[in-house]
Amino acid sequence: MDKVQFLLFIAVTLFAIGLLGVIVRRNLLVMLMCMELMLNGVILSLVTFAQQTGTTSGAVLVFLIFVVAAAEIAIAIPIVLLLVRQKHTLEAAAYGDLKG
Amino acid sequence: MSYLLTWIVVLPLAGAIANGLLATRLREAPLGRTFVTAVGCGLPILSFVLALRAFVALSDNGGAPLVDVAYTWATIGGRSFEIAFYFDRLAAVMTLIVTGVGSVIHVYSTGYMHDDKSYARFFAYLNLFLFFMLSLVLGRSLLVLFVGWEGVGLASYLLIGFWFDDPANAAAGKKAFVTNRIGDAGFLLGMFLLYWAFGTLDMDRINAAFAGGKATMISASLAGVLLFIGASGKSAQIPLHVWLPDAMAGPTPVSALIHAATMVTAGVYLIARMSGLYMQAPGASAVVAVIGAATAFFAATIAIAQTDIKKVLAYSTVSQLGFMFVALGVGAYGVGIFHVYTHAFFKACLFLGAGSVIHALGGEQDIRKMGGLAKRIPVTFWTFAIATAAIAGIPPLAGFWSKDEILWNAFASSSGGSPMLWAVMAATALMTAFYMFRLLWLVFLTPSRMAKDVEHHVHESPWSMTGVLVALAALSAVGGFVALPHFLEPVAPLARTSESLHHLETPLLVVSVVIALAGLAGAWLVFGRGLERAAGYARRFAGLHRTLVNKYFIDELYERMLGRPLVWLSDRVFLGLGDRMLIDGSLNGLARLAQRTAGVLSRVQTGSLHLYALLVLAGSVVVLAWSFRHG
Repeated sequence: MDKVQFLLFIAVTLFAIGLLGVIVRRNLLVMLMCMELMLNGVILSLVTFAQQTGTTSGAVLVFLIFVVAAAEIAIAIPIVLLLVRQKHTLEAAAYGDLKG
Repeated sequence: MSYLLTWIVVLPLAGAIANGLLATRLREAPLGRTFVTAVGCGLPILSFVLALRAFVALSDNGGAPLVDVAYTWATIGGRSFEIAFYFDRLAAVMTLIVTGVGSVIHVYSTGYMHDDKSYARFFAYLNLFLFFMLSLVLGRSLLVLFVGWEGVGLASYLLIGFWFDDPANAAAGKKAFVTNRIGDAGFLLGMFLLYWAFGTLDMDRINAAFAGGKATMISASLAGVLLFIGASGKSAQIPLHVWLPDAMAGPTPVSALIHAATMVTAGVYLIARMSGLYMQAPGASAVVAVIGAATAFFAATIAIAQTDIKKVLAYSTVSQLGFMFVALGVGAYGVGIFHVYTHAFFKACLFLGAGSVIHALGGEQDIRKMGGLAKRIPVTFWTFAIATAAIAGIPPLAGFWSKDEILWNAFASSSGGSPMLWAVMAATALMTAFYMFRLLWLVFLTPSRMAKDVEHHVHESPWSMTGVLVALAALSAVGGFVALPHFLEPVAPLARTSESLHHLETPLLVVSVVIALAGLAGAWLVFGRGLERAAGYARRFAGLHRTLVNKYFIDELYERMLGRPLVWLSDRVFLGLGDRMLIDGSLNGLARLAQRTAGVLSRVQTGSLHLYALLVLAGSVVVLAWSFRHG
């Protein structure tokens, strides 16, 4: 198993753990963290490919994703805080009445 | 003066527009009523003066028709459709009747409608009617004639329903309009047929083509019958006569102008105008004569039993129109127009006289509640009496000459005349004299049967009304001395009569005088003292009396045969099946389908974030799998 394969394996594992967490866990904050895990898996794969092909565009994309992820979490955390202030719980199922 | 004919037509339109647009403003204006009167009466009178001038020009031309192309409406391919006016002797007679009688009726209306709140609207409609009627009689092509034809139908509708507050009046207007549409369908088909055959709708050209024997490609009888269907709608002939008696719901001057003197004779004019066609169409002419005779006879029988003064006159009009059609049917076109001309005078006089009576009695129309009016409203009485004698055919008044000519032609014409036809018409003439003198006696001569408070208020009408009555009565008296059929001979040839019958002409003339006097005597015998003797007869022939009072139950028959099936069809098939089931049903069905699908799909939206994430995952997997397979 060479280095690239190993890194990609880790990337897929990160992504899978994150996905599983989003689907399985009930805690909103944990779900957010798991989403970050998924993003990190993607970032790792981008860096790996950029390294392998010797181009810079992958690395540039990584910075873009950092910014987007920071913005996303900056909005998501206050929303979660506001929700918690309403019902005093982090259970995702408690907010099922928000469906259309 | 150029565009003379166009001016004749357009002037009343200007009046209609002026009064129509300003109607509501003028109601409060200080001189509004004067303005309405000046415009509403002045322009028709001006039109009449111009018509006289055109008539002089026609005589100077030696009878050659004046043609006035006002506007080229459309050019399609090589064929152009022009709004052209055509003034020959026939059109001249009709134009003078329409503008002349029209003008005096306008003057009469200033008195009759004086207190009506919609004074300006009335004159606007009346002028509009004159405009359309003049384009009808002056139009060179059937197209212009048809526009006028429909226009007078519209004006008639508006004026029948003039007092539209009462739903009965509005219903009468609707009935007239719908019945006329049935006739118009025939008229349109006839027009299409003629255009297809000749490539023109100019009536003089069509007549020339028929006279020149170039018209072998279409059946003249078919075209003739189709046009006659239109004529029978407008001129209230069986089976489309039902609208005219109901049309009496309109103001009385309207009944006089539109439903007696001018519009209803449009059918007669149309057939006289197309005489070139009808001379080549013996079948169609026979239809015209038979329908005319049947209408004349049955309408006269109905008139005997009616008790509303205007209804009697309405059925009398239907009957007289039947006389005209008999004349047309036996090829005596000029004679038919002669009767149009005399009828315009005496029937206008009778209607306006009836209007004066109704005015005097404050709206009462039932002749059983009249009587003894001769001394109270003498001018109305004398003019009414002269017009009655004229329509009954007492010599030497106008009606005698034209009616005798019709009877003679019905007897002796070699194109359709027969003793049988003469006998029917003579019987009708007898009934005409009878019911008209019945009316005269019951309204004016028998002892009064009026209610006390009505009797107290009886008054003679203002001079604007009585003056018109006197003028029309004078014309009814002397109008018959004009030898109109001979004047019209270049346009509408006289009917050929069999030489072998000429020795009978004088005896028949004597017979027709005797018939008129017999009608008078009969009416005096039965109604001379009042209603008692007539009531006795009515009891003895109760079945016949009921049939006549109810107009042969024709309205009921139409209601049952046509009205109800149509309502059923509309309600069940068109509304129930077509509208509700097919159109509404399919739309509602689509909406329900969307609703149900959405109902099923909305179950997916649970509100559970985990399920959503799972579905996103599944979706991504499917998309990826699909793109791998097809990539």
